[in-house]
Amino acid sequence: MAKATPTPRTPAKTKTPKRKIARKPVTSAEELLSYYRQMLLIRRFEEKAGQLYGMGLIGGFCHLYIGQEAVVAGVQGNAQPQDSVITSYRDHGHMLSCDMDPKGVMAELTGREGGYSRGKGGSMHMFSKEKKFYGGHGIVGGQVPLGTGLAFAHKYNKDNGVCYTYFGDGSVNQGQVYESFNMAQLWSLPVLYIIENNKYGMGTSLERHSSNIELYQRGAAHGIPGVQVDGMDVLAVRDATAKALEHVRGGKGPYILEMLTYRYRGHSMSDPAKYRSKDEVSKVRSEQDPIDNLRELIMKTKAADEATLKEIDREIKVIVTEAAEFAKASPVPDPSELYTDILVGE
Amino acid sequence: MPIQILMPALSPTMTEGNLASWTVKEGDSVRSGDVLCEIETDKATMEVEAVEEGIMGRILVSSGTENVAVNTVIALILEDGEEASALDGFEVAEPVDTTSPAPIATDSPAMAAHADPVAPTAPELLEPEYSGPMISQTVRESLRDAMAEEMRRDTNVFLLGEEVAQYQGAYKVSQGLLDEFGSDRVIDSPITEYGFTGLSVGAAFGGLRPIVEFMTFNFSMQAIDHVVSSAAKTLYMSGGQMGCPIVFRGPNGPASRVGAQHSQCFAAWYSQVPGLKVVAPWSGADCKGLLKAAIRDPNPVIFLENELLYGTTFDVPESDDFVLPIGKAKIERAGTDVTITAFSRMVGMALDAAELLAADGISAEVINLRSIRPMDTATIVASVQKTNRIISVEEGWPQSGVGAEITAVIMEQAFDDLDAPVVRITGEDVPMPYAANLEALVLPTAEKIAAAAKSVCYA
Ligand SMILES: Cc1ncc(C[n+]2csc(CCOP(=O)(O)OP(=O)(O)O)c2C)c(N)n1
Ligand SMILES: [Mg+2]
Repeated sequence: MAKATPTPRTPAKTKTPKRKIARKPVTSAEELLSYYRQMLLIRRFEEKAGQLYGMGLIGGFCHLYIGQEAVVAGVQGNAQPQDSVITSYRDHGHMLSCDMDPKGVMAELTGREGGYSRGKGGSMHMFSKEKKFYGGHGIVGGQVPLGTGLAFAHKYNKDNGVCYTYFGDGSVNQGQVYESFNMAQLWSLPVLYIIENNKYGMGTSLERHSSNIELYQRGAAHGIPGVQVDGMDVLAVRDATAKALEHVRGGKGPYILEMLTYRYRGHSMSDPAKYRSKDEVSKVRSEQDPIDNLRELIMKTKAADEATLKEIDREIKVIVTEAAEFAKASPVPDPSELYTDILVGE
Repeated sequence: MPIQILMPALSPTMTEGNLASWTVKEGDSVRSGDVLCEIETDKATMEVEAVEEGIMGRILVSSGTENVAVNTVIALILEDGEEASALDGFEVAEPVDTTSPAPIATDSPAMAAHADPVAPTAPELLEPEYSGPMISQTVRESLRDAMAEEMRRDTNVFLLGEEVAQYQGAYKVSQGLLDEFGSDRVIDSPITEYGFTGLSVGAAFGGLRPIVEFMTFNFSMQAIDHVVSSAAKTLYMSGGQMGCPIVFRGPNGPASRVGAQHSQCFAAWYSQVPGLKVVAPWSGADCKGLLKAAIRDPNPVIFLENELLYGTTFDVPESDDFVLPIGKAKIERAGTDVTITAFSRMVGMALDAAELLAADGISAEVINLRSIRPMDTATIVASVQKTNRIISVEEGWPQSGVGAEITAVIMEQAFDDLDAPVVRITGEDVPMPYAANLEALVLPTAEKIAAAAKSVCYA
């Protein structure tokens, strides 16, 4: 494979100011509403999933994405049909943003036949080859080389695709991440690494798990550019992604976006979250909530009125309720499914 | 209808909990995300958030109540515009059974007829008949030709590994491939097994057909997570969507005088994993026919070569279409008194033992397993039904080894056919020593095999 074109040794640090929404005013009302709809769908879906978990309908590990909605919505807003997506077990939002059917996602959470993996994958292991969503991976960091390999395939096939590879702040200390960074830069692979820095890997805070907490610099040793983005601001995410994609789709190799974000709920459903204060959570919620802030912006710019937003809320509620109903009613997998899908063609 | 708040399960194991305290009171308006109450589970105290919006209508289970069963209605929320009278008639209820699915059909694919979950039995595989020209070549060349032919046949096939391109392979197996296929398809990787294995599995998910060379299988331990967690399991976890057509190949098993870290057999390790196929060829024809099959297979295949055989010459079918079925053993030498199973280099050892035994009037049947998973148990059992005696030979360790598996299969399927207990010949149960004399003590020899065969024949 051809060697990458040389890139600056130290990536420029273009920190986006937190909270302040400073961007070009060329955003259409339609676009704002589409981000609003997208994020609200994720939030309501996750709240419903939490509720179904509480009712015993969802089992095992279930990691909610509440608080981080702007990241996936803003990134995927830039996606083209040939692009692929891969992430960790905190994957429900990513699937909804890949336009996967909420019914099929929820039915997988309940372990039913109507689920995307026909009940055999669960919350952490869901896929849609059709939508180019490649999972849903339960091994921390495992999706990073896999996504790099999907990017390898994009390049090999010359299909102009980019693989969006998402991983958490806790995952950045896995050796395989750097093995991937090296190969991606060495071979100029079209991969966009999105670090969802929600400040914690389970109960261990960023400061307690990382010697250098500026995670966007983690590609510096390989010459991979990286920037830090206010991941609570969907438009900032959108703009940073668009810029990164110019680089990646332009054949210049990988790019790192560190998204500063926050998860409101526990790591998984059974996490009482004693490692952080209530104040910390409520402060982010009240000051930085990506949905509230976008709602405010929509009202302020008169992109839509209260009634329109109410109508969207109602629509989303219907979608989520229908997904939950489907997920409850879908039959459990037939016992004969136990021995299927172990090998292709057998 | 007011919204019912149920006592939630807050861990995979929780069946009941204590309602520690309410943080809202009747009449308060609640928004989704607001904390409603605190609940003590068996492990921790957790907050419960509202999912719906409305007004707290009635609290049915008061603060401090202990042992509230999961799914008990603990409160009622009035929706926007709902009258307080909607609350009438609600009191502390029995837990609602929410977990059993409704029996009604949905618009998902129709259910298949109910069947017991039994493992499918393997289809009958046949050795292809070949009567064309043969060529005398080394195992190294057979492996190279197999890759070259498949790379010509399918442009999605590529080879990636350490030193496979410019150096022509650490053991010169990929000789000439870079020249013919170029650096886009024959790729020198950094020394980064975990990374390049994951990358290759990702490429397979993306529609390509990688051949990954491990310089030796010892280093696959660095990458075993992606072999098992990603390559083997994803088809199942995706409900059949995401196959992983990939070959992991390279030299396996003890080499010569390289010490403990570079001398180990991985056949038993990988053969335990559903979702993988594990192949261990011996002859040049095995190598050619099975490697071609592995590359064409839509599943992940572990292809275990042997460094000590690379320079051995065999007669090999000279044909691009010679492909052997994975899962089919080969009787290398027919016999009537005792069955000897072996794979990889040990097949040669077993054939030598059969010669020694013949001199003593004992007729040994030698089975070349070829495939460790799926294992051709039908051929093994049929042989035991004829000979009534079996010994298995492998270079790997005894515990939970391939021989242990064969022993179990014989117990299950041919117990009544046995005239003597099964005997396992394995590598000794130690890390491989470096000293030549000690190394020699570790490995099976034709003499050890012959002696074991005699013992089961009570000769
Ligand atoms: C290799 C591995 N080690 C440990 C775990 C257990 N585990 C699951 S999630 C997690 C924390 C990961 O944190 P982060 O990458 O920040 O992602 P987040 O959960 O915050 O989205 C851990 C330790 C695992 N799944 N895989
Ligand atoms: Mg995290």
